[in-house]
Amino acid sequence: MKNEYEPVIGLETHVELYTNTKMFCGCRLSFGEEKNIYTCPVCLGHPGSLPVINKKAIEYAVKIALALNCKIKKYTIFHRKNYFYPDMPKNYQISQYDMPLGVGGYLDIDMGSYIRRVGITRVHMEEDTGKLLHKGTTGRISESEASIVDFNRAGTPLIEIVTEPDIRSPGEAKGYMITLRNLILFLNVSDCSMEEGSLRCDANVSVRKTCEDKIGTKNEIKNLNSFKFLQKGLEYEVKRQIKVLETGGEVIQQTRHYDSKTGTTKVLRSKEEAHDYRYFPEPDLVPIYIEDKMIEDIRKTIPELPSVKAKRFEKQHGLPKYDSSFLANNKDLSDYFEQCCRHYNNAKNIANWIMGDFSALLNKEKIIIKDSRVTPENLCKMLEIIDKGKINSKIAKAVFEEMFSTGGDPQKIIEDRGLEQISDEGLLEAIIEEVVKDNPGAVEQFREGKDKAIGFLIGRVMAKTKGKANPRIVNDIITKKLS
Amino acid sequence: MERISKDDVKHVAELAELEFNEKDIEKITSQLDRILDHVANVSSVNTEGIPPTSHILDIKNVFREDMAEKSVTQESALKNAPDEANDGFKVPKID
Repeated sequence: MKNEYEPVIGLETHVELYTNTKMFCGCRLSFGEEKNIYTCPVCLGHPGSLPVINKKAIEYAVKIALALNCKIKKYTIFHRKNYFYPDMPKNYQISQYDMPLGVGGYLDIDMGSYIRRVGITRVHMEEDTGKLLHKGTTGRISESEASIVDFNRAGTPLIEIVTEPDIRSPGEAKGYMITLRNLILFLNVSDCSMEEGSLRCDANVSVRKTCEDKIGTKNEIKNLNSFKFLQKGLEYEVKRQIKVLETGGEVIQQTRHYDSKTGTTKVLRSKEEAHDYRYFPEPDLVPIYIEDKMIEDIRKTIPELPSVKAKRFEKQHGLPKYDSSFLANNKDLSDYFEQCCRHYNNAKNIANWIMGDFSALLNKEKIIIKDSRVTPENLCKMLEIIDKGKINSKIAKAVFEEMFSTGGDPQKIIEDRGLEQISDEGLLEAIIEEVVKDNPGAVEQFREGKDKAIGFLIGRVMAKTKGKANPRIVNDIITKKLS
Repeated sequence: MERISKDDVKHVAELAELEFNEKDIEKITSQLDRILDHVANVSSVNTEGIPPTSHILDIKNVFREDMAEKSVTQESALKNAPDEANDGFKVPKID
């Protein structure tokens, strides 16, 4: 093996759960509303107030831990994590320390040509912090005069998922995040929006020579808040560390911030004193004992997960691996696909439309498939119409676009707009006659053996029929006529 | 026996964002040492076979249902803010 550098990456992911209320009090969770309207003495850290654990949050956390193949610790407690930063009014965050809820799991990442199994060190529960808005022109901490704190988010149930340093490339890191997000979306416990901050990721990165077993000095990279930034930020950081080592330097343990504008990472702080959080057991909360029955009850609520679903799609519907995995990894798409399969039996056709034109329009309009106006029934109706040769594939695109914007019935759209394919040979022959007469040059070229010329002639026929001519029949007639 | 060093005290002071002069450090170190000595009496108790506990009460699984309760108004939330601006708690610039 060549003696090259390889990255060693571990990820820490935070997932906000979408319970109705906060982790330790009855305040609602906020979704970008007015500041400081969902607070109470508990989440404002007033003296004498007492936190009480949200049962639903525990159930969601167990669900995530089980789906990540973790062992559930039956006996678990909360700790206080002490630090000075005004994002928590208590000056500590209630978190878990040496007794996390779940340990020793894994998540398999399908990298196409291989599977990377990423070990899950731990899954633990904590509360989210408040949001700091930095006053000043740029919004950057270093350039602001004061900070404004919004405690609406303080106390939101948060799950932290920590991996083993098993990830070996920025691409794998991105693959892990995508797989994890899809998995959690299936569990229906979080909306996992990186844009909204309900799914956040920090990375620990080091590099080493491939021949070494020892892991190098790591840096923690923050602000990797999109799949793209995660990959770009790691790529930059890996290159930076290799350069440091190759020029005889030493990697210093630091916390670095990814700047998406410059595509670089900058030092936030060196890891010294600052990271002594003086954890101690939270005296305001009693221990949690998770009984076997509770674990089994929660296990029953876990739906078929993406990896299993993908295999089933291949087997049951005969889809290619790529299509199966594409659909199975998205809960909405896979639900829609399966609904379609009940109405129409060419699964590959359904998959092609969902993955192609349909997805393109969904992305353009920024909506998800279940909010679109095209019902599975109508999509299948359209596919049947295409199969019967009533419209060609080009017209089908136009019909589909109209279905997408109006929610209309495909048959009716075709009738109303007179889009039915012209397969009447007599009619087509007359049009072709005209086209041949008007384009002697192309006819000449075709006779000289230039195959491209027939495409031009068919194109003319299509233009004259507004795209409605049956291209196969047109092709046959022209070929016969000119040879 | 010394249970705590001057460096320990300096470290803890720094974590707590407290500043002391050398004289105070010495005084606090010896005071804390005595306190720790006193607490160490606990170790004379025989705890064999007794599992560690994190809570003084022998209860577990105290949960609440995920039901929303009324929050306090923004006005009363901000009443205890050291300073306020833009409907938020205004705090000094963070280094």
